[in-house]
Amino acid sequence: MARAAAAAATSTTYGARDHARAQAGARAEAMPVVPATDWPAPPCEAGHLVWAETVAGGGYTHRAVARGTEIRLTDLRGDACAHLLLHVDGRPWERLNTADTVKVQWNAYLGAGRLLLSDQGRVLASLVTDTTGGRHDALCGTSTLRRNTERYGDGAPHSATPAGRELLKLAALKHGLEPRDLPPSVSFFQGVEVREDGALAFTGSYGPGGSVTLRAEQDLTVLIANVPHPLDPRPAYTSTPLEVLAWAAGPTPPGDPVREATPEARRAFLNTEEALASRGIR
Amino acid sequence: MNAVTVPATTRGSVVVPARAAWSAVVRRGEHLTLTDLGGNQAVDFLVYDAHDTAVRYSAPDTLQAQGTIFLTTGSVLLSNEHTPLMTVTEDTCGRHDTLGGACSKESNTLRYGHHTWSQHACVDNFLSEGARHGLGKRDLVSNINWYMNVPVEEDGTLGIVDGLSAPGLRVTLRAETDVLVLVSNCPQINNPCNGFDPTPVEMTITGSGS
Repeated sequence: MARAAAAAATSTTYGARDHARAQAGARAEAMPVVPATDWPAPPCEAGHLVWAETVAGGGYTHRAVARGTEIRLTDLRGDACAHLLLHVDGRPWERLNTADTVKVQWNAYLGAGRLLLSDQGRVLASLVTDTTGGRHDALCGTSTLRRNTERYGDGAPHSATPAGRELLKLAALKHGLEPRDLPPSVSFFQGVEVREDGALAFTGSYGPGGSVTLRAEQDLTVLIANVPHPLDPRPAYTSTPLEVLAWAAGPTPPGDPVREATPEARRAFLNTEEALASRGIR
Repeated sequence: MNAVTVPATTRGSVVVPARAAWSAVVRRGEHLTLTDLGGNQAVDFLVYDAHDTAVRYSAPDTLQAQGTIFLTTGSVLLSNEHTPLMTVTEDTCGRHDTLGGACSKESNTLRYGHHTWSQHACVDNFLSEGARHGLGKRDLVSNINWYMNVPVEEDGTLGIVDGLSAPGLRVTLRAETDVLVLVSNCPQINNPCNGFDPTPVEMTITGSGS
């Protein structure tokens, strides 16, 4: 009956237009809020929000952000996993390099104070806060169509169990990038530790409400897939919403502990600022 | 889709000089043996599906599948689509790195200082050798470092330490599909990955493929 009524209401162009427009203002659990300043509860330290979104479990998002933007990712219910890639916006051949990120900083783990380094000896983003105690992973990357098909029966983006790489491909394609522009990614909110013998141990989630804040140190293209960690041993595809909030804050200033923590970090910031300055960017 | 020409036969041995690059297509079923001639040489290694180079070695997929950061006999090198590229069929060294990636002139400025800028580095080898096959910078990803020793401490501290290799130790890989292999015989002189002394390695391709 309802179906028949809807068909009648949309049987003309005017009716179809009215029907579509009547959806305005509808709310879903996972959606962007535009303008972002309409987000109901911005963090108190945020200026005007420029990106406010809840990403569904099994979903993805992408955005270009300016140098100095802070991006807070929050695991709302404890089963988010934010698989992240960063490219310099407009110069995508400079991109996240996970090997340099762990090697240059002499540490395999991500956490507050660490830098996400590009392959050009420069900083892409700083990790300025982390309430999870480092439940993140820079080693295992994301899931693939083949792997999710083996584990869950499907990994296609339209399936109930989408693979991270498939979603990151879509996000990349929307920025003019191709699958071969996707290097190994990092992920937040599901931890992995390396044992003494080299074995990898999944440590899982910190729990609901954990958050990290990244600060963009260059103009960036941000690609995020919110899918289960590839080492998550649970048979079910369990993926819950991820909150993304971003606001303009300014790049890490001279004297900041993040940049003075190590000689490697100090040189990474100096390289970044000099490369920007020679392009006329402060 | 970028494919490279797969030669009918390219068998035999070649010595790759210290600091130099090398590449070859290894056909499905053939074996590639890397022999550390001088000992403690780091051999930076990337591998691509020869018929679609967008499918290439993935350190994360390889680690996920094996549950360990170290490679040895039986380890399968997986692609970014989680498909097998090569399998380690023999390893007389026992310790190889999957985390550290390649040295570059750019990362050297962070790791050691700007005085290293004029030194040769593995990324430059990968770029120049890859360009011969139509590959560019976007095709370079985290690589394997055969014979390089990178332990991880309990607090996550990680670093390149003295190697465990010695003259004559070798690794043999079987190609699971037609693959393009890119090698940089690491020129690094600022850390112990090659004992601060780059030396030659020997590459041997055997078998008729299938």
